[in-house]
Amino acid sequence: MEHIRTPKVEQVRLLQRRAGQRKPLLGTLYLSATHTIFVENHPETRRETWVLHSMVSGLERPPGGPTGSQLVLRCKDFRVFHLLFPLERDCVEVHASLTRLSRPESYSELYCLSINPNTNQEEREKSWSLVLPSQDYQRMGLPNNLWVATAANSEYKMCDSYPAQLFVSRWASPAVLMGSSRFRSRGRLPVLSYFHQDTLAAVCRCSQPLSGFSGRSEEDEQMVTAVMKANPGSDFIYVVDTRPRLNAMANRAAGKGYESEDHYGNIKLHFSGIDNIHVMRSSQQRILDVGEQRTPSMSDFLLGLENSGWLKHIKAVLDAGVFIAKAIADEGVSVLVHCSDGWDRTAQACSVASVLLEPYYRTMKGLMVLIEKDWVSFGHKFSHRYGHLDGDPREVSPVLDQFLEVLWQLAQQFPCAFQFNERFLLDLRTLAYSCQDGTFLGNSEKERRSLRLQERSFSVWSRLWRDREKYWNPLYRAEQSQTQGVLRPNTTPYCFKMWKGLYSPAETPAPPAQTPVDFLSSVREGSQQLEQQLANQQEVADALRQRVRFSFWRELSEL
Amino acid sequence: MEFAELIKTPRVDGVVLHRPFMPTVEGTLCLTGHHLILSSRQDNTEELWLLHSNIDSIEKRFLGSLGTIIVKCKDLRMIQLDIPGMEECLNIGSSIEALSTLDSVSLMYPYFYRPMFEVIEDGWNSFLPEDAFKDLEAMTDEWRLSEVNRDFRVCTTYPPLVAVPRDVDDDTLRKAAGFRHGGRFPVLSYYHKKNGMVMMRSGQPLTGTNGRRCKEDERLINATLRPGKRGYVIDTRTISVAQQAKARGGGFETEANYPQWRRIHKAIERSNVLQDSLVKLVEACNDQSHSMDRWLSKLEASNWQTHVKEILTTACLAAQCIDREGASVLVHGTEGTDSTLQVTSLAQIILDPACRTIQGFQGLVEREWLQAGHPFAQRCSMSAYSNSKPRHEAPGFLLFLDCVWQVLRQFPCSFQFTEQLLVLLFEHAYASQFGTFLGNSAAERVRLSLPEKTVSLWSWVNRPQEIDHLSNPLYEPNSLVIWPSVAPQSLLLWEGVFLRWNRSPRCQEEAHEEMVHIIEYNKELQNKVNSLRRQLAQLETQEPPLQTP
Repeated sequence: MEHIRTPKVEQVRLLQRRAGQRKPLLGTLYLSATHTIFVENHPETRRETWVLHSMVSGLERPPGGPTGSQLVLRCKDFRVFHLLFPLERDCVEVHASLTRLSRPESYSELYCLSINPNTNQEEREKSWSLVLPSQDYQRMGLPNNLWVATAANSEYKMCDSYPAQLFVSRWASPAVLMGSSRFRSRGRLPVLSYFHQDTLAAVCRCSQPLSGFSGRSEEDEQMVTAVMKANPGSDFIYVVDTRPRLNAMANRAAGKGYESEDHYGNIKLHFSGIDNIHVMRSSQQRILDVGEQRTPSMSDFLLGLENSGWLKHIKAVLDAGVFIAKAIADEGVSVLVHCSDGWDRTAQACSVASVLLEPYYRTMKGLMVLIEKDWVSFGHKFSHRYGHLDGDPREVSPVLDQFLEVLWQLAQQFPCAFQFNERFLLDLRTLAYSCQDGTFLGNSEKERRSLRLQERSFSVWSRLWRDREKYWNPLYRAEQSQTQGVLRPNTTPYCFKMWKGLYSPAETPAPPAQTPVDFLSSVREGSQQLEQQLANQQEVADALRQRVRFSFWRELSEL
Repeated sequence: MEFAELIKTPRVDGVVLHRPFMPTVEGTLCLTGHHLILSSRQDNTEELWLLHSNIDSIEKRFLGSLGTIIVKCKDLRMIQLDIPGMEECLNIGSSIEALSTLDSVSLMYPYFYRPMFEVIEDGWNSFLPEDAFKDLEAMTDEWRLSEVNRDFRVCTTYPPLVAVPRDVDDDTLRKAAGFRHGGRFPVLSYYHKKNGMVMMRSGQPLTGTNGRRCKEDERLINATLRPGKRGYVIDTRTISVAQQAKARGGGFETEANYPQWRRIHKAIERSNVLQDSLVKLVEACNDQSHSMDRWLSKLEASNWQTHVKEILTTACLAAQCIDREGASVLVHGTEGTDSTLQVTSLAQIILDPACRTIQGFQGLVEREWLQAGHPFAQRCSMSAYSNSKPRHEAPGFLLFLDCVWQVLRQFPCSFQFTEQLLVLLFEHAYASQFGTFLGNSAAERVRLSLPEKTVSLWSWVNRPQEIDHLSNPLYEPNSLVIWPSVAPQSLLLWEGVFLRWNRSPRCQEEAHEEMVHIIEYNKELQNKVNSLRRQLAQLETQEPPLQTP
């Protein structure tokens, strides 16, 4: 590889405090095309640390000391490695190499496309068919007499960030679809996200209307009416603008904005007040700093938590989901959700509402298909948000992180409702950043198709599904989650906690305590083995009994 | 009977009761000498039986002729009674106020309570000092049980029997008692079997401004040191607070007089500060209209979590001195009846696996809190809703329970009991039908004839069905010393107490049931496998073994 200036440096010291490590390890550092690898010298352990280049978010060279030159490696999963090189030259070379390697300029440099997946074509094809949005629409009973499939976007001509497969209200004519699309930011017209079979109400999504201060579109107004008509049970719909009201108003000056209740006669407007990606990015940096404080006082910590604003944002995302879920389940009223472009906050709000409404989305498979549908297929810009390629840092923002954290907060309140555990959420998050698989590559379905990802890489879902045993929540009971039906979380501020597993995993008791999840999982595993053992014994016992009976009769007949 | 005079209106019909997470009940309200009762006289609704002593304060409101009384309980619950009729409401209100603030101990409910259950083991005899000493004797002969305080004359707040170094005679103890606050001379709190190190506790030394010393006191604590070894004095006060104490006759062990001891000062807050924190915390928890920012800043301003962190940190320090440094420790603050006991009892939770069992934990509370003279009657007479200015009230015991909960949460499989036991102790420390937490010291308990006239809480707890209810399904005995993380990121608000009445417990209860179910099912399978194995063995003796399994 042309970017690797020094493939191997010996006598390097590595310290990773986040893993609870206190003393540095001495070993050899290797740079490969895809990974930085550190192998400990200690002959017995020879511990290895692997860091994908695509996981590196930052490199720093603090002033060196008499013992050598320092390099600090920050990762997107918040690991921080302190490396100490005996020679400054090595440090400079590694720094330069990694700077280039961690900022790939094209997708083909990424790990998932640099390995050759043709070796196992059948397995690869199977991996991509594991989770498909079409299965989910089928599960919801679509198409039906209210919602129909449209081919309007099959070539991505109407909207290049939408999927080819769209479900729209039966009352929307092709002309209305076209006109509505033209009146919406980036052509993202109102389409179905989730259909609630019990109440026949639906969650729909779109982007902001190009209304400015007074602009209107007859087709778009008809489109909104069509959404309302697709729900026989109500004569209005909620339009949830997930932005703060002020931001939405400011957008009007740029010819965008929100729906006027006067022009759209059958809507009720609701603002959710979720802040934009830039606010979220800096907020996450602040909560990360809070988690990494070395010996904070309780006040430092709590004030830091408050000042980061992070939990306030998490609450706003959950509140938006709760509002939508209540409208659907309790009032039976359909909801149209949008933000500005409709691919960040809208994805969050729709998917949170779906998880609250639908027990299926609380299973591993269900969450996979939900993310595949609401995020991947609807053009959440994964490559921009999670910095897959060297690009504009202002495009990076922890949008998916917040959705996963909302799930974690919900699992704290509903320990039996989710089939997966915390590990699943953490690994899913890492995979969204690391690009080890093709699923999250690119920014839209169109882009992914043109990259021919399905031929060149694997799907992330098969990787997670393969390890499903590891991700199982032992307390999950399908029936219980069913009976809970719609989750009604308490969103009072005191219900939110810092997600320690993500932001401060180093602070652990000693010796490491077994978690209830681990304990119960091993008991469950033991029970499965016992069940097997019992069945075997039963077989042997039956056979023995039969022989005893047989010999008894034989003895009897011989008498 | 005096109660009758206080009850102006014993009965009101048509009262509506609102309780957290329960359907409203309409029925008849009755006041008795000790209880507020509301019954709908229908079988399907639960009645309310509330001890007057559990009522912290009440609030009256009127809307026309409909009166409303908000009853605020010491267990932090709030209930609302809608009472038709202004006069009835006023009468009920003033009766509750009078009955919930009775001064005389002998009028308390435990003196009237007759158990409805069979007492298997009398809890008053479950944790006697002489029994605890037998365990110590099995490990070491360096200690003896002294009767110097037989009649509570040497120290009014100590029990009649205390463990002291074998080679120190009672005369020395008497003299040392004269040199310690409240006569609380250094006594044994914990013996660390692993290395023979000990933890002692006492009151502050009375050095005063002119640096008084007491040879007997020095001899007493030096007797616990191994030759050539140094010990640690952990003073729970900051150095400046300890300095100020000199002006009032108190003080601390100086290097000059105690050269074999290293002194460490910590900063555990005193009673009135803690009470103030509790009031602020509960207020913050009960206001559901807070924004996130306001909630976090109120939580911070209450300082409650800061106290939890400080106490746990100090307990870890004491445990570290003993287990890691191999040194003996003396812990004291001012009186030695509050922060001192928090530290010595928590250090034992960390060091001693026996304290993490149901019986062992009761023993710890009995030894380090009740026998050790924590003035429960004074400290727990009022809780977070009281309107009157606190005099001696302080949630020191609640803070201890909170700290235990933090450790339990970090080591969810290392405790035989669940959070329920801690919540139960919190409730009974403030209001109870049992006599266990009445009085301020062993001496007072004898004087009040509590063991003869009241039932012990332990008699009730140690019945099989109650033990079952309090057992942690995840428990696996862990013989190790457990070190909790005391980083603020690791310490949480104790929801089980502070948010107990604000959040529905249903989902957490379901999770608990599921845990029990998973573990019970495993045991059941284990039993089936074992019994089938026996049957197989039997069958095999009846017939030569099968050729092919």
